[in-house]
Amino acid sequence: MKKILSVLLLSWLPAMGMAAGGGVALDHLEIDLSDQESMRNGAKVFMTYCLNCHSAKYQRYNRMAEDIGMSLEELKPLMFITDKVGDTMSVAIDHKQAKKWFGTLPPDLSLVARSRGPDWLYTYMRSFYRDDSRPFGVNNLVFKDVGMPHALIDLQGLAEPVYKDETKKEISRLEIKTAGTLTAEQYDDLVSDLVHFLVYVGEPAKLERYSLGVKVILFLVVLTILLYLVKREYWRDVR
Amino acid sequence: MQLLDWVDERFPLRKTFNEHLGHYYVPKNFNFWYFFGSLALLVLVIQIVTGIFLTMNYKPDAASAFSSVEYIMRDVEYGWLIRYMHSTGASFFFLVIYLHMFRAFLYGSYKKPRELVWIIGMLIYLTLMAEAFFGYLLPWGQMSYWGAQVIISLFGTLPVIGPDLALWIRGDFVVADATLNRFFAFHVIAGPLVLLALVVAHITALHEVGSNNPDGVEVKKLKGPDGVPLDAVPFHPYYTVKDAFGAAFFLIIFCAVMFFLPEMGGIFLEYPNFEPADPLKTPEHIAPVWYFTPFYSILRAVPSVGGSAFPGVIAMGVATVIFFLLPWLDRNPVRSIRYRGIQFKIALTLFVIVFLILGYLGTQAPSPGKNLLGQVCTVLYFLFFLLMPIYTKMEKNKPVPERVTYK
Repeated sequence: MKKILSVLLLSWLPAMGMAAGGGVALDHLEIDLSDQESMRNGAKVFMTYCLNCHSAKYQRYNRMAEDIGMSLEELKPLMFITDKVGDTMSVAIDHKQAKKWFGTLPPDLSLVARSRGPDWLYTYMRSFYRDDSRPFGVNNLVFKDVGMPHALIDLQGLAEPVYKDETKKEISRLEIKTAGTLTAEQYDDLVSDLVHFLVYVGEPAKLERYSLGVKVILFLVVLTILLYLVKREYWRDVR
Repeated sequence: MQLLDWVDERFPLRKTFNEHLGHYYVPKNFNFWYFFGSLALLVLVIQIVTGIFLTMNYKPDAASAFSSVEYIMRDVEYGWLIRYMHSTGASFFFLVIYLHMFRAFLYGSYKKPRELVWIIGMLIYLTLMAEAFFGYLLPWGQMSYWGAQVIISLFGTLPVIGPDLALWIRGDFVVADATLNRFFAFHVIAGPLVLLALVVAHITALHEVGSNNPDGVEVKKLKGPDGVPLDAVPFHPYYTVKDAFGAAFFLIIFCAVMFFLPEMGGIFLEYPNFEPADPLKTPEHIAPVWYFTPFYSILRAVPSVGGSAFPGVIAMGVATVIFFLLPWLDRNPVRSIRYRGIQFKIALTLFVIVFLILGYLGTQAPSPGKNLLGQVCTVLYFLFFLLMPIYTKMEKNKPVPERVTYK
């Protein structure tokens, strides 16, 4: 019986890994949602660079400010002047024009950290490279022929592909040729902050989920022990 | 007690309580596997209660369904908790039911005189599958949408009436608002109604014949001078306290998943389902949720004939319905695996492994090696049932004791 149980349990493991996209090995990013400073930085990056084309239409400004410890004085200058703090992060981009510019509508990013995963985002934002055949002059290793321009190009700079061999078919790595305002390390940190923020936006409840879970489970452990003692007492006379 | 007397003169309250709990005698030697019946009931209650609260904020409308789920996850007080309870509950329902069914295999609980208990139980299982399928469309994510598209198109493979049937089920040429509305109706009204009626029938049939036990001996045969079976105890209080302990322990595991791994690494909640349904964008790989994957593998394993997947659909249907025949396929009069011959033990072990492999393969994108493995497992799956009348007759049983073994 024990064997069967362990087989049942083990059978769950192989499917646990998350599917990677595009066949590129993704860089792992450890997410720490207790790091409010990282999420605040990420929020600033998001609202400055992303929240013009992309929306996060399920995320309310004031809920975010409260959850990541941002004061309204910090928040207000980052917002569009017409938005109120109780609004959600939507954008006024014209759908028809957006399609003309990018070939597709820039997706809403509320849940992108849940559908793509943090590792994918972390790698994606660090995998743009120069490709003159593309409309915006850049391509991406993780998302081939993506319609999006490299929005953080001023910060990261522009990377050139380094090919495996003369045939120029396979890219082995990227090398920054035109420097941006940030060093490579600073840029990685900035993307990490952005991804932390997007993970939070993907599921704000995550902030209270774990702590509530610990309390509920502790209660249930005590309850289980008590009920076991009750059960043992009742069954004492059964032979 | 005057109030109780007053009620009893008008409604059989004490009589019903005694018939089903107070004087309902249950074998005393139940083990671990006997928790899953009451646990299934617990999960059913969780699903109904959380479902009611979800319905208060969910909108069955293709334009707002996805947003309303996110509204529940973010703006409704503890909406995320109720939603995760419901989504985790769906997976645990199947987990519990599969273990409950496996118990019947172990101890021959489907054998005479419990054939109807088994058949009604199988009807519950099929209803549960329908319920899960309807419910999975409601969040209106990519997997909801394309999963439903694939499953409904299976009906389209039926000869002659297929395409019209699929159109009739969808109510549109693709999965659309009309489909969502009817699936919602089935999920919140028709499904639970049928489920509850069947559960009542399941328990009524069980209480008519009495529970089997890990030794597979009939405890009713040996009664004491007071007419009470020697090896049985009244359900209340003995099994109410035992099942309460089991329920609390189960809830620890349930909550561990719900609070810390509600997506279960993409198994309970598939990652692409966090993208809203897009009829113009087919996902790279469409996989059903884990509890359907063994049957999905069987569907894929059967080669199509003349470009029609109909044979696979038939195989998948037979794979689920064949369980109904179990009481008549198993020819060994001995119930419990403890006293049965080696043939059934080997067959059952193989079946469990095959079922798990098929389940795993159903989550994976097809490849030649995996397809071959899927085909081998599909053949073994059916052989387990089809050869059962033969190998169960060859078994050399051990002597079955007169009374149950206890401690």
